[in-house]
Amino acid sequence: MILPIIRTAIVSLRRDRAALALSFILPISFFSIFAAIFGGQRDATPKIHVILVDEDQSTASQQLVHALQRETSLVVMTQPATKDKTTVPDYTAVTAEAAVKVGDAPVALIVPKGFGQNPISFGPTHTVSGIQLLNDSSDIIAPQMVMGLLQKAAMTSMPVAMAEQGMKYTDRYIGGLTPEQRKTMESNLDALRELQKTGGLNTTTSSGNSSGDGIISVHERAVVGEYKKSPMVSFYAAAIGVMFLLFTASGSAGVLLDEADSGTLDRVLSSHITMTTLLAGKLTYSTLLAFTQLTVMFLWAWAVFHVDLFSHIPGFIIMGLSTAVAVAAFGMLLASMCQTRAQLGAVSTLLILIMSSVGGSMFPRYFMPPAMQKAGLFTINAWAIDGFTKVFWRDLPITALWPQVSVLLAVGIVLFLVARRIARRWEFA
Amino acid sequence: MASAPAVPVSSATLPLAIEALVRRFGALTAVAGVSLEVRAGECLGLLGPNGAGKSTVIRAIVGRVIPDSGRITVFGAAADSTQARAALGWVPQELAVYPRLTCKENLVAFGSYHGLSGKQLAESVAWCLEWAALQDRAGDLAGKLSGGMKRRLNMAAGIIQHPRVVLMDEPTVGVDPQSRNRIFEMIEALRATGTAIVYTTHYMEEAERLCDRVAIIDHGRIIALGTNEELVRNAFASRSQVLARFAGPVGRIAAWVESHGGRMVDATAEFTIERSIEIAALLDSAASGGLELEDVSLRRPNLESVFLHLTGRELRE
Repeated sequence: MILPIIRTAIVSLRRDRAALALSFILPISFFSIFAAIFGGQRDATPKIHVILVDEDQSTASQQLVHALQRETSLVVMTQPATKDKTTVPDYTAVTAEAAVKVGDAPVALIVPKGFGQNPISFGPTHTVSGIQLLNDSSDIIAPQMVMGLLQKAAMTSMPVAMAEQGMKYTDRYIGGLTPEQRKTMESNLDALRELQKTGGLNTTTSSGNSSGDGIISVHERAVVGEYKKSPMVSFYAAAIGVMFLLFTASGSAGVLLDEADSGTLDRVLSSHITMTTLLAGKLTYSTLLAFTQLTVMFLWAWAVFHVDLFSHIPGFIIMGLSTAVAVAAFGMLLASMCQTRAQLGAVSTLLILIMSSVGGSMFPRYFMPPAMQKAGLFTINAWAIDGFTKVFWRDLPITALWPQVSVLLAVGIVLFLVARRIARRWEFA
Repeated sequence: MASAPAVPVSSATLPLAIEALVRRFGALTAVAGVSLEVRAGECLGLLGPNGAGKSTVIRAIVGRVIPDSGRITVFGAAADSTQARAALGWVPQELAVYPRLTCKENLVAFGSYHGLSGKQLAESVAWCLEWAALQDRAGDLAGKLSGGMKRRLNMAAGIIQHPRVVLMDEPTVGVDPQSRNRIFEMIEALRATGTAIVYTTHYMEEAERLCDRVAIIDHGRIIALGTNEELVRNAFASRSQVLARFAGPVGRIAAWVESHGGRMVDATAEFTIERSIEIAALLDSAASGGLELEDVSLRRPNLESVFLHLTGRELRE
């Protein structure tokens, strides 16, 4: 008796494409996305972009810079990237800080003048010119990685400087060396310098101390979000908000399918209302609904998690409305493409969860490999989150939102036009 | 039922004119050259079984189906024109109302879609609620109404803009007899205002009660058109029908009925006779054949008989 029940269930599942997609395609898609992000494929490990400013230009600082440039897990930028091949000036301490603030890189290292005279920080003196590490505190991983790699690079790239510094301390605090000892020491240092010059020292493979209290002095300073109480709350308010906006928008656009089923759509279209008017009305409604939803979410974030909503009202309204237009048009497109509510439910769940994972609604995109970060740019989530981050995290002016606003509005318009084209199937039999 | 006055009318004054309407869906020809005219104040019935093409004709009139060929005009204007849309009201077969809106909110919504506003809209909503006897339920959600009330609301939403031509597509489907009578009263009240009505149904009784003229439609074609009396007279002249029920084995009864030119319909034998005196001969023959008569009656043919006569099938088949 059990067999017929199983057979009936299998036949039903086979004919329910939506359930089949949810059962098999969604888990495989999710597995693939997570595997690509966290799967440990070496060539897909995300590289950390770091801006490097060498104000010292000493032998020691140049050795350190070269060592950092050789680190495979870092992308060292000494000047802003340009699409054409025009020459642009190198970063300075000021431009590097500005670049971190706008999100061009999560970390900047400033090697100050005088660093080469006292590069090593061990010993009781505090006269060393420490390296400045400027960071964006929304990225909690990058500064620690860079700190560790900096210490490693110092350890492995500057053996001569370390030896010289050690000799100075010996000379100063242990009573000095005899002329014979000093001569031998200088002779060994010369040999070491020669080896380093000719590449005889392996300066890339030895492991180093990754601690912030390493052999060189580093002064860490957050240039973005240093006064913010909850670094990730505004990020997640936007990230989770956009994901659920997409669900709400597809749900509210699904009313079209109900109305087509009940005959109400036919009756409406037999009146003075045209399909374009009807869809425009529904798009406006979905947009306002989505914006209201976002507003409620950010008010909650303000009340409970102290997100500074009221200092960012213009940016919030601009980003909120742009995002709402895009998600409303997305929902309308899905509804116009689907034949039934059940199909819409399955397709929207599949697409929205994939978009949300790739687009950064589930975890920040900077965790992802570069290829996935680029793939995220094909999602509404990524553009919306980037825009909200600019507003709430980087405190950028609303003029800085133009790329995100342009893309979201363009997406909204294009998706609406495609939805309108597909909706012709409801206009006439 | 009185027939519409036979006065000459121009196309501009004719509420509805359909000429050689054809609509195919793939290999299926749903409407195969239908031509009809509806006069002011007239109720024209489209009578036919399910799938005959009635709804397709109605949907073509309201512009929801694009004909392959043919022409439809409303007061002389093409059916898809703004002028025609303003003059047309449509009560679809489906319950096409918003279930989460109240009766009043539904009427306001559909009135607005037709361009009504302000006092005009308020008056129209009030009139429709009264017409549909839903004043007491104006604030109730449409989804919570009984089947009959939903049907009445569905009808009210179709005439909210006071159209001069109303198309009603099987408005009594699925309602109880009491609600059906209420709907008939609504339609009769609407007719009294001079509104032209096209009424599709597969219930012969409805067509007989409500319609001035009836077009019998089958397989997408009009196979007969006229008043009730004209249709019966054309099909049966002065003949009548004898309905008889016999006790005994069904097979033997059916064979005897067939041998005497009759047919079995729901265990009842039907015969068509010219004169009532022929009944006696039939009953004598049945007795001779060993059939025990249970019940016999004489009936004037009706629209159902006409449909059966013309197509060889029953309306509800």
